[in-house]
Amino acid sequence: MTEHAYLIVLLPLFSFLTIVFALRWKEQVSAVFSVGMIATSLIMSIMVLIETLGHQGDYYAAAFSIVELGAFKLQLGMLIDPLTAMMLVVVTSIGTCVEIYSIGYMKDDPRFSRFFAYLSLFLFSMLGLVISDNFFMTFIFWELVGLTSYLLIGFWFEKKSAADACKKAFLTTRVGDLGFIVGLLMIMYYCGTFNYAEVFTMIGAGAVPSGIVTILAIGVFCGAVGKSAQFPLHAWLPDAMEGPTPVSAIVHSATMVAAGVYLVARTMSIFIASAEASMVVAVIGIATSLMAATIALVQVDIKRILAYSTISQLGYMIMALGLYGVDTANGHHSPGFYAGTFHLMTHAFFKSLLFMGAGSVIHAVHTNDIMEMGGLWKKMKYTAPVFLIGSLSIAGFPLTSGFFSKDEIVATTFGHPVFTVLTLLIAFMTAFYMWRLCFLTFFGEPRVAHRYEHAHESPNTMTYPLFFLAFMAIFAGWTGIPALKHGFASFVAHGEGYVPHADWVNYIVSSIVGLSGIGLAYLMYIKKSISADKIAEKFKPLYNLFWNKWYFDEIYQAAIIDPIMTFGRWMWTFDGKIIDGAVNGMATLTMWWADVKMWIDKWIIDGAVNGAGFIVRMAGSVLKYLQTGRMQFYLILSMILVIVMILLKFEIAHINIEWPSMTVIFIIAVLALSIASRFVSEDANQESENEK
Amino acid sequence: MNPQLPIVDLLETLRLMLPELFLFLWALVVITVDLFSSRKNDSLVGYTALAGIVITGVLLTIAGDGVAFGAMFVNDPFSFAFKIIFLGTAFMAVGSSFGITKQKIQNHRGEFYGLILFSTVGMMFLASSHELVSLYIGLELTTIPLFVLAAFYKDDKMSVESGIKYFVIGAFSSAMLLYGFSFLYGMTGTTNLGQMSFNLAANHIAHQSSGFVMIIANVTILAGIGFKLSLPPFHQWAPDVYEGAPTPVAAFLSVGSKAAGLVAFTKIFLIGLWGYISIEMTPSDWGLMVGVMSAVAMIIGNIVAIRQTNIKRMLAYSSIAQAGYIMIGMIALNEHGISSVVFYTFVYLFANMGAFACVTIFEDKTGTTEIANYKGLAQTSPFFAALLAIFMLSLAGIPPLGGFMAKYKVFAAGINQASAFNVDWLYWLVGVGLLTSVFSLYYYVNVIKQMYFTKDASIYKMTFNPPVLTVLIICFVGIMVTGIYPEPVFEFANKVYSTFAFSILK
Repeated sequence: MTEHAYLIVLLPLFSFLTIVFALRWKEQVSAVFSVGMIATSLIMSIMVLIETLGHQGDYYAAAFSIVELGAFKLQLGMLIDPLTAMMLVVVTSIGTCVEIYSIGYMKDDPRFSRFFAYLSLFLFSMLGLVISDNFFMTFIFWELVGLTSYLLIGFWFEKKSAADACKKAFLTTRVGDLGFIVGLLMIMYYCGTFNYAEVFTMIGAGAVPSGIVTILAIGVFCGAVGKSAQFPLHAWLPDAMEGPTPVSAIVHSATMVAAGVYLVARTMSIFIASAEASMVVAVIGIATSLMAATIALVQVDIKRILAYSTISQLGYMIMALGLYGVDTANGHHSPGFYAGTFHLMTHAFFKSLLFMGAGSVIHAVHTNDIMEMGGLWKKMKYTAPVFLIGSLSIAGFPLTSGFFSKDEIVATTFGHPVFTVLTLLIAFMTAFYMWRLCFLTFFGEPRVAHRYEHAHESPNTMTYPLFFLAFMAIFAGWTGIPALKHGFASFVAHGEGYVPHADWVNYIVSSIVGLSGIGLAYLMYIKKSISADKIAEKFKPLYNLFWNKWYFDEIYQAAIIDPIMTFGRWMWTFDGKIIDGAVNGMATLTMWWADVKMWIDKWIIDGAVNGAGFIVRMAGSVLKYLQTGRMQFYLILSMILVIVMILLKFEIAHINIEWPSMTVIFIIAVLALSIASRFVSEDANQESENEK
Repeated sequence: MNPQLPIVDLLETLRLMLPELFLFLWALVVITVDLFSSRKNDSLVGYTALAGIVITGVLLTIAGDGVAFGAMFVNDPFSFAFKIIFLGTAFMAVGSSFGITKQKIQNHRGEFYGLILFSTVGMMFLASSHELVSLYIGLELTTIPLFVLAAFYKDDKMSVESGIKYFVIGAFSSAMLLYGFSFLYGMTGTTNLGQMSFNLAANHIAHQSSGFVMIIANVTILAGIGFKLSLPPFHQWAPDVYEGAPTPVAAFLSVGSKAAGLVAFTKIFLIGLWGYISIEMTPSDWGLMVGVMSAVAMIIGNIVAIRQTNIKRMLAYSSIAQAGYIMIGMIALNEHGISSVVFYTFVYLFANMGAFACVTIFEDKTGTTEIANYKGLAQTSPFFAALLAIFMLSLAGIPPLGGFMAKYKVFAAGINQASAFNVDWLYWLVGVGLLTSVFSLYYYVNVIKQMYFTKDASIYKMTFNPPVLTVLIICFVGIMVTGIYPEPVFEFANKVYSTFAFSILK
């Protein structure tokens, strides 16, 4: 199966094309078709995973050139190693769940089929990104993912907020991509190839100067910063929640934003070669994580809390990978690579579960504001329990997925005390804000009666995928239990290297941290023994800072957007007046020219047929010989042009021509031809009349 | 040549010619089958013809490379490539004719298919000829059946007009061509193209000039072939003939006959007169002259096509423009040039035959060829609309379809030659090509706009018979493969180059 893994990528593309070109008008068929395709991909991904499990340590690579420019090749290829196999399964399984979920969620949407087409295109791009074996192909799919994310966020483009959000997302990630391109060009320049294996070998062997490696690695990391919504390019992700919830669940929690982390993991060899770059990665990761967690503490929009939570968790993974780079570069042993990728997987499951659960809640109460919810436990018999499972997992409740992966991240930081403290603090905050969300939504008294009144459980297509994800939210992490000697850790590391690092102390500490976060939330929002308002009063400046998201949007507005807009308006005037003027002028000229040509074709070339052929007219008979006159005209024109060409060539060749006499001969020849043609036509006409 | 040819050598010679001989006989078989088959059995003859083409294709791979009849008949990668293109054209033309043989020409099916096959035989002989007389005969065998085919709807005035027009113009162009040939023969005393190239060079060196006879020969031959290629100013017949001729015949003309013209051009100019391209060889150079014709072809073809309302006329002007693009590759006389010509023709075969097949289906169903009638087809016949859209986009040269790769190859070859030999006008020519291919988007996409972006569903619903469906699928796959993974075709096209005279000198 592994050698046919490209089918996993192509099936969603096939689904996209079929829907766009053929099934667009049949909504249910479109949905079922695209679910069928991605489910097939899922099955194949699982087969690939099993085969990869079978021979640990090996990887499969295949490539073919689409264009060869001398020694430089642009290739499409696939690289199937444990990391790829794992990501394939994660993307396709969540993709399948989300597509099934969307059948219920997007019901009655006027652009139902288009939604599935976009989702399929997104999955194609994402899978292509995962499977690619070189930077060039990664970049193509990277941009495709960005494009589909734009389309999906702006799916309800009638809403101004959605239209703005998709623009914001597209432009912000593009800033990161600029860095990525710089990184790619440097790789191109210094290594002469884009192939992962070759680049890594060259960098590993020290063929590239170490200063260059640092810059190059940071360039590549810039791409990851944009896609994974890391500080300072994180501002787009919360706004992206304007898109439909299934989109948030797949694009903005589990897959696309994870692409940044995946890219760092995939190119880990570059970061290992540069401790400085790795340190930058780690610091950005922890800073993002901390900032996002503090913002999430005070927000009231259910999807935005989850969005900040996502940013925070991605920061976690990035930090773990960064620390791995630092430690490995310094010759220490570190579980960071394992921890980051492991958390990437577990997080994908429980975060998409949470998003889809939130979608189910929104579907029921028609609001995003958790302050208007409450007591939904009784109304939503299925959604509430699975949502709580997801929350337990992300809070690091013992024996859930999140527990094992988060402990590994904590274990990664042991060599760096500042990181350890902050990581635990973030873990505490995570547990708190997630359970604040749960308590306000599902427990207590309903705060807004009419919302509560017509709340209802969602249809089966929406709840069933949640069950599967809830199962995964608990058990996916069990692949990394220390008791398994060859669990996830040795799998992603090609069978060698390390086993989990977390020990009992680690487990107990992080359990206490997580549980105390949940406990604090319980005291504040259920027991009400600690007043949330009072704390907010007491730390007013801090509360305002968090509530306003650290004023990032305002800063960007004042420092970047306003100046650019002013400049843009000025350019717009310039554009409108001068450039557009020129373009429109060109267009008018072209159209006018086409008219001229048309006129020539109609009146001069086809002229004979319409009674205006001037040769025929010159010969004295106009309308009578239309059919024959036309052809003679062609031939005479051609003949004249041949003679002209010959004469011109003579002129160029400096062969003496007596132009006056030549002109006379020429005119006589033309006349003779015309008259001859007239007789021919008359004869022909005569004959045809005789036949009649 | 040894007058007493040993029998073994004769067999060897016949083996080289096997595909042509077979196809010729098969054409007779097809006509005979029609005599003995019932009128109601409307597709037997067609299938017989298709089978013959497929078998010829198989024989072609058996025939192998070699030289026969004292270098009058040569099989090399170049002839192989073009024979494949010719057979492909014939296959697709026959495949899309099942509709009209069912409705309009029930009584002459055998002749119809037989003539297509005869014309194909002519093209195949042409591709293998290496000498002026056999080349001329090949060209005549190609065109004479086409005169009849163009006029095949005997009761349709348009069709008859188209046939007679094509006949007179064809005769005229043949006369021009022969006139030019006679000069060449007079100058060099040989009809063999390789020898001719050598004699001309020797002559040129001896006299430090080739004189004015060479100019007349150049221009008249160019005019003769210009008619076949419908290069301006010898293009006016094309829209009229395409419009009147039965649509599959128009398709066959637009690809097969044009490719035959390309072969003749390549043989005469790139082998026989290859020394006379460069400006240093002035006054006998033909490069600039062809360049101007190519530029005019791209400009006239693309701009006039914009205002066409009839899809067949539109495709006719489009084919004039496409010929202009191909000629850029011809003028770039280097290893990229000739391979880009082969590649372009190969892609053009799929895109244009596919487009014409769609037009045929539509015409069979509705009896009209107006672009406005394609309105709303995407809703009733999504498959048809999608395919036609892809063919149009490929003709326009949109990535990742084959048309893009083909245009890229041709332009790259032009730029390559321009920079290698500092030929300024070649840059301008490529510039014209780039600019006009932007214009061309307008009329190609217009068809897509009609099909996809109208509110009302069409009143027509397309159905496919199996042969035409096969044709469409082959065209689709061909476009996709040449667009996404063109490397194997590139490789083959590069091999073609190695058989040319100028490659030996480099």
